[in-house]
Amino acid sequence: MDRFLIQASTYAADIDGLILLVGVLVGFWFVACEGIFFWLIWKFRARPGVKSEYLTGSEKKIRRWISIPHLLVLVCDVFIVIGSIQVWYKVKQQLPEADSTIRVTGQQWAWTFQHPGPDNELDTADDIVTIGELYVEVEKTYHFQLQAVDVLHSFSVPVFRLKQDAVPGRSITGWFQPTVTGEFDIQCAEICGIGHGMMAARIFIQDANQHAAWVAGIPSTTP
Amino acid sequence: MAETAVAVQSDEHHAHEDHHGPRGWLKYIWSTDHKMIGMQYMFTGMFMALIGGFMAYVFRMQLAFPGISVPLYGQVSPGEYNALITNHGTIMIFWVAMPVLIAAFGNYLIPLMIGADDMVFPRINRLSYQIFFLSAVVLLASLFVEGGGFGGAWTAYPPLSAVAEYNQTDLGSSLWLIAVALEFVAFLLGGINFITTLMNSRAPGMKAYDIPLVCWMIVIASILFMLSVGPLLAGAVMLLFDQTIGTGFYDPARGGDPILWQHLFWFFGHPEVYVVLLPALGVTIEIIATFSRKKVFGYKLMLYTVVATGVLSFFVWAHHQFIAGIDPRMANVFTVTTLLISVPIAELCFVIIATLYGGSITLTTPMLWALAFVAEFLIGGVTGIFLGASGADIYFHDTYFVLAHFHYTFFPIAIIGTFAAFTYWFPKMFGKMMNETLGKIHFWGTIISFNVIFIPLFVLGMGGQHRRIYNYQHFPDLAGPEMYQLREIATVALLVMLAFQLVFFYNCIRSWMSGEKAGKNPWKSNTLEWTTESPPGHGNWPADQMPNVYRGPYEYSHPDREEDYWPQNEPT
Repeated sequence: MDRFLIQASTYAADIDGLILLVGVLVGFWFVACEGIFFWLIWKFRARPGVKSEYLTGSEKKIRRWISIPHLLVLVCDVFIVIGSIQVWYKVKQQLPEADSTIRVTGQQWAWTFQHPGPDNELDTADDIVTIGELYVEVEKTYHFQLQAVDVLHSFSVPVFRLKQDAVPGRSITGWFQPTVTGEFDIQCAEICGIGHGMMAARIFIQDANQHAAWVAGIPSTTP
Repeated sequence: MAETAVAVQSDEHHAHEDHHGPRGWLKYIWSTDHKMIGMQYMFTGMFMALIGGFMAYVFRMQLAFPGISVPLYGQVSPGEYNALITNHGTIMIFWVAMPVLIAAFGNYLIPLMIGADDMVFPRINRLSYQIFFLSAVVLLASLFVEGGGFGGAWTAYPPLSAVAEYNQTDLGSSLWLIAVALEFVAFLLGGINFITTLMNSRAPGMKAYDIPLVCWMIVIASILFMLSVGPLLAGAVMLLFDQTIGTGFYDPARGGDPILWQHLFWFFGHPEVYVVLLPALGVTIEIIATFSRKKVFGYKLMLYTVVATGVLSFFVWAHHQFIAGIDPRMANVFTVTTLLISVPIAELCFVIIATLYGGSITLTTPMLWALAFVAEFLIGGVTGIFLGASGADIYFHDTYFVLAHFHYTFFPIAIIGTFAAFTYWFPKMFGKMMNETLGKIHFWGTIISFNVIFIPLFVLGMGGQHRRIYNYQHFPDLAGPEMYQLREIATVALLVMLAFQLVFFYNCIRSWMSGEKAGKNPWKSNTLEWTTESPPGHGNWPADQMPNVYRGPYEYSHPDREEDYWPQNEPT
């Protein structure tokens, strides 16, 4: 996966690892099934004078060719379920201690980001509110409070492998910790009306110095 | 049961003799003959498929070459783009896959394959098509009203779909919803008919396990549909009230909940996948048994597996909502149930593959389509595991990976399955053979270009491309030249695929006009529809020659017989 898109959060590698696990198990079954399928089509092509075998499906010896792979599929499922629940727990169910909390609000058709400002607390006079630009510091753990004003939106940061729908009337809390500096896309991944295709934002992951300078350089605003 | 069946049949016969139905061109409009209604469903479905295909052409052109004036359409605005993708999805599922696979082939095949002269309720059947036709008219009208067609995706999540101020298509969204609700009514009426007919009108001697699997599949699909559609219909009425008279079922400010709709929608939406899958699977089994001259490997195993899949499909709906804001602990439960589905589906796949073993396989055009269904659906099935695993779905949700995945399930179902059935039963429907060379050109052209369309879309999805975006220029990470290259490949392949459909239409017309005469049983098949004339007359069999059944439908290559087939109606 990191060949397609870099990993920029602590859990990106876990999600990619799960995708790889599923890919290997499923890939094996896929290749085996298609291989046998095409081999049978070739092997049992019609030849003059050769009649088909009469098999009903109740012959125990032949039945094994189905029942054993069948159990193996179930075993693979168990591995995938375990892997999946582990990753899910880490990303969505648990909430590590936060260094800072930001508020993300989706509306038709823009993202608004409320940064806590110099005092590192939301809903105080020194909060920094930006539209379409999210500024975070690398290797710090963030909580986000996700809200929507009008319709459903979905806060998606592909380099983090993070996605969460924003629902009007609710505030959904999640977390992330960036691992590399840079500038990446934030998407709205849930159709939200005519401007859905323009509801883009950027995330700026800065190192400690840059981030401190950014926080200091912005005149504080009240939300 | 057998006595009732005989009684029903003789009553119906009486009716047929007394009353030959409307004459002249009126018979095409008011006919209660199941074959005519089946054909009407099929041609309406094919017409809608052309419209849905045209929509795909317009928005794929916009995606590959943003901002160009699309030939035959013009420039695509963001609002129009949303309306196009919404209605493409709606049409392809509700006005193509369902009418063609369930209604058209269900109507045409069930009475013929179980040896009945018509459906049990011919007039309800008539009404079902008329309501369906009305629903198609309403849907098409919704595209031309003020404000344009509905553009909130085929899933129609509120509040976007519920509030005119948000979707800006006041009339379009209400008409869209009414059209979908009417379509459901049509299929409920049709489903009642399929279930009752299969239970009551079977030929004397046809026991439950002598019914051809495709009939079972269509009936099980109808039962799944009836069990799942209720909650959605209730949800649709609430949505219509939210849109038109200002209730707040889905409005959080007034105590409603937008997520409620998602539960109602997907409680229907997931079984719906199996509603359209089962008929296509049934068609595939019939064709594979016929052209490999083999008994189906484990008839009862297959039947029970399908029932198990159907039951399980009611417990997986929330895998569409992992990241929608439901309690995160629920995701674990639904990951387990979703992955369990892989067990019966793998079983079905193994049984079909096992049926080929020891066969004598002839690659006719219908057989190619049926085999392609298995090979391509497998890709759709295995990519589904990525999405069913909640951890991986966090990333893949609402990307082109999802889009490519479900096109690898729906395309084999709705397009490959339909072509398989159409080419296999064409001789019965029109009394003429189709041209095999043209059929094979059409097959390879369609299959290769289909894969070239959707494999690049898997790659784009892995690269983070999200869905329903009319122009990626606002997303710098998605606007690179290599991404545009992949989008262009997919679009060009779509144009090629659409062009190959001309071969199909040419082949249909040519074969219908001047094809070789088919005779009663051109494929040397066992089931009852091949024991009557091609095309069958009104009442299907002459009244004194209604078939009796002596054995199951798949007695191919029986060791005691010289012939490699053994029709169901041939006395021992």
